[in-house]
Amino acid sequence: MGKTTAEKIFASHLVDEPFPGAKVLRLDVVMCHEITTPIAIADLVARGKDRVFDPTKIKAVIDHVTPSKDSKTATQAKILRDWARRQGVRDFFDVGANGVCHALFPEKGFIRPGYTIIMGDSHTCTHGAFGAFAAGVGTTDLEVGILKGVCAFREPKTIRINLNGTLPRGVYAKDVILYVIGQLGVNGATDRVLEFRGPVVDAMSMESRMTLTNMAIEAGGTSGICMPDQVTVDYLWPFIKDQFASKEAAVAEFRSWWSDDDASYDKVYDFDLSELEPLVTFGYKPDQVKTVTEMAGTPVDQVYLGSCTNGRLEDLRVAASMLKGRTLAPTVRGILSPATPKVFQDALKEGLIDVFMEAGFCVTNPTCGACLGMSTGVLAEGEVCAATTNRNFQGRMGKGGMVHLLSPASSIAAAIEGKIADPRKYLPE
Amino acid sequence: MKTFGGPVLFLDRDDINTDEIIPARYLTEITKEDLKPYILEDLKLPGFDPKGETTKAARVIVTRANFGCGSSREHAPWVFEVNGITAVIAESFARIFRQNMFNCGMTAIELKKDVIDALFSYQDCPDTCITLDLVGQTLTVQGGGREESFAFEIAPFDKALVLAGGWVDYADKKY
Repeated sequence: MGKTTAEKIFASHLVDEPFPGAKVLRLDVVMCHEITTPIAIADLVARGKDRVFDPTKIKAVIDHVTPSKDSKTATQAKILRDWARRQGVRDFFDVGANGVCHALFPEKGFIRPGYTIIMGDSHTCTHGAFGAFAAGVGTTDLEVGILKGVCAFREPKTIRINLNGTLPRGVYAKDVILYVIGQLGVNGATDRVLEFRGPVVDAMSMESRMTLTNMAIEAGGTSGICMPDQVTVDYLWPFIKDQFASKEAAVAEFRSWWSDDDASYDKVYDFDLSELEPLVTFGYKPDQVKTVTEMAGTPVDQVYLGSCTNGRLEDLRVAASMLKGRTLAPTVRGILSPATPKVFQDALKEGLIDVFMEAGFCVTNPTCGACLGMSTGVLAEGEVCAATTNRNFQGRMGKGGMVHLLSPASSIAAAIEGKIADPRKYLPE
Repeated sequence: MKTFGGPVLFLDRDDINTDEIIPARYLTEITKEDLKPYILEDLKLPGFDPKGETTKAARVIVTRANFGCGSSREHAPWVFEVNGITAVIAESFARIFRQNMFNCGMTAIELKKDVIDALFSYQDCPDTCITLDLVGQTLTVQGGGREESFAFEIAPFDKALVLAGGWVDYADKKY
């Protein structure tokens, strides 16, 4: 019997199985941010164990509230900063170099196929786009990861999602993942890995694949996973070119992480996406999905473009192509938060930032910020936001506020009209 | 090991997420104790008052499917812990929340829907209490002059974490 990618990674990283089904894995990367790490650091200090298993395998960033907005967030940032310096964590990203963790760390080349990765952040599943096993964990798992370089899991079964056909014009990775979540439900993949396969994934850039895997957790999934291929190698090449004689050699080696043809799956879904329409959420759960056509006319007060789901250059390019020469509806506030400094700089060089600013958008520094209602775009009671983010929970972007999740293209249609609208009419020919 | 059992808070809805348990605006606190006043602040359920006496007295939560979905924030188990709630009983849990409970030496017990329904039949009895026998893997509910016992499953590893007082203590000895 063959193995899935997740099974191969578990087998190659197994340290211990203290009880049947409980697997302790060796970790390749432990990622840290300033919200969930400080209490782990404080506990390690209190236990007299203020050390790290390997400073080169720890990556840290201040991203949720940055630059700090008040004394409390400044203290959280300081705890992480002081610890990173004290422990010799060289891959630490502070104000000026910082961005949203799940956009920044891939961009820095920290992920490889076959890796195990944890972070005290539920959207860690994003990194599975590279053929890795990447799972969000709580602070205690993070603390043990920092100290010992291991983490325990119930070995997840894998659900295979075959994404067939070709995406129609105006339909993007975000629409695909909203569709998948709508089909599976918010707990349809609990204790499962979501393996994304098929021609639609094959044709996607790494940015789009990360949009897919990013929201695996919204169906309850432990990690999203894509098979590492030529696209993966092209993305990683600047970081791996000294380790491989050629790109072909890298593709061949990464191929060993692919699920075997005779691997066994918990479930297999076949979705033909050739007729998929742009989608948007309507309620307070990410599986509550309708087409933008059905939701057209729903007024919004704010449009937010950014986050670990959709704050990458590809997203900004699509958005700017639609926005060029147009302006925000007078009833709408537009906020763009490029996910990393590199995204911001590349967007500047390409003239995209001009397009957003001329249309009336506010452009913030890279931060998680408003996605979880912490800063730079929090909603007031009763306000509605069309957002390219990943969660539409009640009050998520601010107490009493409502969020409609959609693609960057659909967010721009909402920005132009002040209400949910079909993005296809604003796409350039 | 922590103690488990006592007055019950019933939360009658599927998919209660960690934003509802502890909103992100309070994640700037850096001690668990500072989270205490904000328990379940954004949860909107008919008849539920996050600041009410039932919430204050509770030591056990009984709820429905997919409890604790969303953000990985361990602030969710912590806000329960500092309010004296050390056991959550549900039809199912989101993975990260469930692991966080056991990692903190607390319990997250899954029971089939008909057993959860039976527990909810005590919802309107103000004196409802649940006692948990972790060794015998039995829980007993009492209220309104009635009493029933139910067996529950707990994975051996999860039980070991509870007995060890949590994952840090367990892992530190072993790895």
